[in-house]
Amino acid sequence: MSQHRIDLTVNGKTRSATVPARLTLVDFLRETLNLTGTHTGCEHGVCGACTVLLDGEPVRSCLLFAVQADGAQIATVEGLAPDAEGLSVLQDSFCELHALQCGFCTSGMLMAAHALLTRDPDPSEEKIREAIGGNLCRCTGYKQIVEAIALAARRLKGANEPAPERGGHGG
Amino acid sequence: MKAVDFDYRRPTSLAETCALLSEGGGDAKIIAGGQTLVPLLAMRLARPTLLIDINRVAELQGVTESGEAVEIRACTRQARALADPMVRAKLPLLAKALSFVGHEQTRNRGTIGGSLANADPAAEIGLAALALDAEMSLCSAKGARSVPVGQFFVSPMETALAPEECLSTVRFPAWRETGRIGTGFQETSIRRSDFALAAAAVHLVLDKSGLCARIAVSLGGAGAKPVRLTAVERALSGGRLDDREITDATALAHDGIEAMSDIHASAAHRRRIAGVLVARAIAEARDQAVAGRI
Amino acid sequence: MAAEQEGFRYIGRRRRPKEDRRFVAGSGRYVADIVLPGMLHVALVTSPHPAARVVAIDAAAALRLPGVRTVLTGDALAGAIEPMMSGLDIPKMRRYPLAHGVVRYVGEWVAAVVAESRALAEDAAELIAVEYADLPYVVDPEAALRPDAPPVHPDHGSNLMFRRQFVWGPVERDFSTAPHKIVYRARWHRSATVPIETFGVLAQWNPAAQLLDVWASIQMPKYPDQLAHALRLPGNAVRVHFDVDVGGSYGVKRGLKHSILAGHLARQLSAPVRLIEDRLDNMRGGDAQGPDRIFDVEMAFDGDGIVHAMKMRALDDVGAYAGRAPLQLGKPIGAIVGPYRIKSVQYEPISVTTNKTPEEAVRGFGQSPTNYAIEIGMDIIAGKLGLDRIELRRRNLIRKDEFPYTIPSGSTYDSGDYHAVLAKVLDASGWDALVKRRDTARAQGRLAGIGISCCLEPSGGNSTFEPLFNSKNETTTWMESCQVKVDLTGAIVASMATSSSGQGHETLVATVVGEILERDPDTIRVVHADSLGALPSNSPVGSRMAIMLGGAAAGAAKKLKTQLVSIAAHNLGVAPEVCRYAEGSVSAGSPAKTLSWAQLVDIAHRKFHLLPPGQEPGLQAAHVWEVPGGGALPGPDGRVQMYPCYAFESHVVYAELDRVTGQVALRAYFVGHDCGVMINPDIVHGMTYGGIAHGIGAALYERFEYDGNGQLLSGSFMDYLIPSSHEVPDITIVDHCTPSPLTTFGQKGSGEAGYLGAPAAIASAVNDALAPLGLHIAAVPMTVGVLGDLLATKDRAK
Repeated sequence: MSQHRIDLTVNGKTRSATVPARLTLVDFLRETLNLTGTHTGCEHGVCGACTVLLDGEPVRSCLLFAVQADGAQIATVEGLAPDAEGLSVLQDSFCELHALQCGFCTSGMLMAAHALLTRDPDPSEEKIREAIGGNLCRCTGYKQIVEAIALAARRLKGANEPAPERGGHGG
Repeated sequence: MKAVDFDYRRPTSLAETCALLSEGGGDAKIIAGGQTLVPLLAMRLARPTLLIDINRVAELQGVTESGEAVEIRACTRQARALADPMVRAKLPLLAKALSFVGHEQTRNRGTIGGSLANADPAAEIGLAALALDAEMSLCSAKGARSVPVGQFFVSPMETALAPEECLSTVRFPAWRETGRIGTGFQETSIRRSDFALAAAAVHLVLDKSGLCARIAVSLGGAGAKPVRLTAVERALSGGRLDDREITDATALAHDGIEAMSDIHASAAHRRRIAGVLVARAIAEARDQAVAGRI
Repeated sequence: MAAEQEGFRYIGRRRRPKEDRRFVAGSGRYVADIVLPGMLHVALVTSPHPAARVVAIDAAAALRLPGVRTVLTGDALAGAIEPMMSGLDIPKMRRYPLAHGVVRYVGEWVAAVVAESRALAEDAAELIAVEYADLPYVVDPEAALRPDAPPVHPDHGSNLMFRRQFVWGPVERDFSTAPHKIVYRARWHRSATVPIETFGVLAQWNPAAQLLDVWASIQMPKYPDQLAHALRLPGNAVRVHFDVDVGGSYGVKRGLKHSILAGHLARQLSAPVRLIEDRLDNMRGGDAQGPDRIFDVEMAFDGDGIVHAMKMRALDDVGAYAGRAPLQLGKPIGAIVGPYRIKSVQYEPISVTTNKTPEEAVRGFGQSPTNYAIEIGMDIIAGKLGLDRIELRRRNLIRKDEFPYTIPSGSTYDSGDYHAVLAKVLDASGWDALVKRRDTARAQGRLAGIGISCCLEPSGGNSTFEPLFNSKNETTTWMESCQVKVDLTGAIVASMATSSSGQGHETLVATVVGEILERDPDTIRVVHADSLGALPSNSPVGSRMAIMLGGAAAGAAKKLKTQLVSIAAHNLGVAPEVCRYAEGSVSAGSPAKTLSWAQLVDIAHRKFHLLPPGQEPGLQAAHVWEVPGGGALPGPDGRVQMYPCYAFESHVVYAELDRVTGQVALRAYFVGHDCGVMINPDIVHGMTYGGIAHGIGAALYERFEYDGNGQLLSGSFMDYLIPSSHEVPDITIVDHCTPSPLTTFGQKGSGEAGYLGAPAAIASAVNDALAPLGLHIAAVPMTVGVLGDLLATKDRAK
């Protein structure tokens, strides 16, 4: 079995390990580093549950081998919060608008959304749907996710709007 | 879905890459973006003994001008090519095609060369390359050779690449014809980013009097490999490209379109879509050229 | 907000679901996240044949690989366990986790390899050589019923597992007196809910305690019991940990065979054994495909469009083995006429085996295909009479003043105001503007259609289809439980008895308990008991938890409240009846004397001398209750009350159909929804949006497609197409509230909302778009390929 030493940065911390070549990045994160917030849903690059940031860009971590990430900066969902007790504005917006149910696709959604908001602080609904277009969800029908990302964008811009009242759903 | 065990090397030069391919003797595979290869590895449909990671080979990255041509190194990321000003300016058809490729996440890793080397019949990059008469540089320990794109795609997932060869550069020669350029790219897929059931790519130039000086029409997704619709091109060359001409020319091609059946669409349906997409793509390119916009 | 939703302190208010926080932080705990020292991993060897005898299995090479611990074959396993149970009386169809002598579908598990890593187990699995001898097979369900069809289970004698014709009311008379009749076939091809997390299980045997610990991604009634039974263990030797987060299920996560396998191996190897399906395992061999129906329907109606009677024959292709799935033909009996006043019904469910992957329970348990079949008929009748589809429905919908309404098959619908919901959604959709939009598109040469559906969501889970389909199974108990306690610090803990897969049960329970005790739900912790500590439960199925868990939690909280009042009354020297309870403190008299929450808690836990005589120390209560309307066996004609509460949904969808490509674009989507009082609106809405997304998949994209040789052609996400954010449009929900008279707060269930009415509405829209061409489609999914070929028939005709 071919083993390789890798050194990389994960959520700002330097990590080193010796890994088999065939170990995927997602398995490395989950099993070697015990960062189980990133999930596998298909292992063939379609569902997006494994989305992480590699050098700032969202990628499918099931389609990368850990050895390939040698020297890279990886960001996972565990690194989004500002501290152990807190949540990022994006994470908090997901809670505010119930942008998840079972939670399994959520970390992938958050990373894709985080990458979007980093480069586009005022995305249209179409751009939001495009950014999460490679992340499948079976619980939510996407609507509350899209709304949460839009809310996070507004909050990050400093508008500090409260969450929308659900007027359209009243009896 | 764990891959078979393999050795892994990460060369830093093209020469080293070719040497490794040679050593591998057919059981080595190059990994670039991995978006197509890794699923095959996970499903154990690909079973290399050696994986050669070319992502750190600097000479396989980048977009440059070389004389009258634009050269894209094989390991250039699709996302990078899509955003590249030279690609946008000089290869507008490729830029258009790239916006249809996969998702942002897959474009961040996937490469120009990787898409071409995997020869998926529905792949957009190959379709654009075919329309643009690209030339593929294939390197091995024994040297380099150039293969025109028309001979590069052999069948689904199979190219002219020999087991010990690496695609190094894709060269897009400039068109001699001057005038207003128009591009068209039309694709039908089931969901937004699925493999195309059919896709049409068109590149044309209108001369000063508004006649078609040159047109290239390629069709993918329907058959085993992307094809140039030379009969359509001949019929439209020199014409005004009004809707009637386009419909007539496209009808010429219809019966000759080779199409596959699968669970997603019958051959008849692919053919039907293909004809319409070709017409739409030609009209799109014409409209763009007429408007004088690139 | 609806008046019926007012008047509550916490119920019906927007509130952040408790569960969300751990998931956004990446701290969910799914089964694949659990690591035990010495854990081993399973990979499967699967059958490439739809039917074959297993002649020999040679595992020698596999066992020689370093890191491989064992290879288990079907023969070895079958000798050590009980076969898996079925909902039908089919004793000759034996089902084991590993094929026993014979394989019956492509992908069936033949052997299990256990190794130190999943990768090693897969390496070893490839080295196992299995010799097969082909057997005849049948793939088509109608072919399976022919006398010459090879039976999937020869000992059973045929492929027919269940067939019964129910006649409720004077069907023949109503058909002969009605002036008009339609006859049609509706086809619902196989799809399923396919959660993003596959099924997984981790089992660990503790020989010193003689206890099997199980962690699983499970959503299944009677899972611990059936697992124990199969493993020949007493029920109290199996401890299922229900605090595992389940990454979506919507019915299908019943992984009993996975669990038996892992449990058996864990005991055999004295090590924890984990079996996590990969996606390929899941699609083919996970036994979690869905209803596969052929409906042959007749409707008798008059010139006003009133449907008098219906005959429905429903043939369902279950695949090679039957667990609970065939009962999905039975549940729709509880709403067999949909929301309509159809007076007599003949219903003939037929359940057959074929050599395909087994079907499992899918969201709605058969109701969505049935709703689809009914709504297809309603649109056909409207077309035949030249009557507006909405007007037709208005004339047939049960009226508000007719509730409670008993349908011919014996179920009583508790409450509803279907006309009001319909009016609301039409209004919200801007109906006239939609019609204009459609007509403008048509004038421009485009194909456009508006779809409408009116569908029921039976909820509450009174699963009398069990005894109905198997008279040997006299189960009439469908209970749910909740325990609530207040500890010495005054903190409240509620304990639920089953797992959750995204429905927000913790929030549900906290909200309900908080409502009764008038304490902030955010301060109430809700835990999932394990199966040893849990009280009886039937798991979150049948849209039952808002009703049943809500009712159990309320019942327990009420008992607690009584205890608190009793302590106060005793200490204030008054009768409990004159005490006033407010937010946890209790007052009496004028001027008022009050005992605070803290004081009451303190007395309960520490001051026995101040406790009312006979009252137990501490503050804790459990409530176990039977489903409302439950407890009766079916009558001889099959009439019986099924689910107690009936939610209602009406969908309006505007779609454009590309005349060349066959692509359907859903451009506007509205749904009117009435599930009584919503305990947490965001949770209910979320599940409704998600249900619609599932429905879009079933209607347009998803199919487990087989070739004539029983090979699954759509066995990965490359070919089984799940809707993304591009395929699911923005959806507007308009709520209505007709409370249920049967539940604590008037709530009805809602976990299946959206899925039950979306396929019917989308089909209605597509058919409206096709109507100007004289085309019609009564099969789902209506894929690009299918619609493209259908549209091409018009071109050829030209």
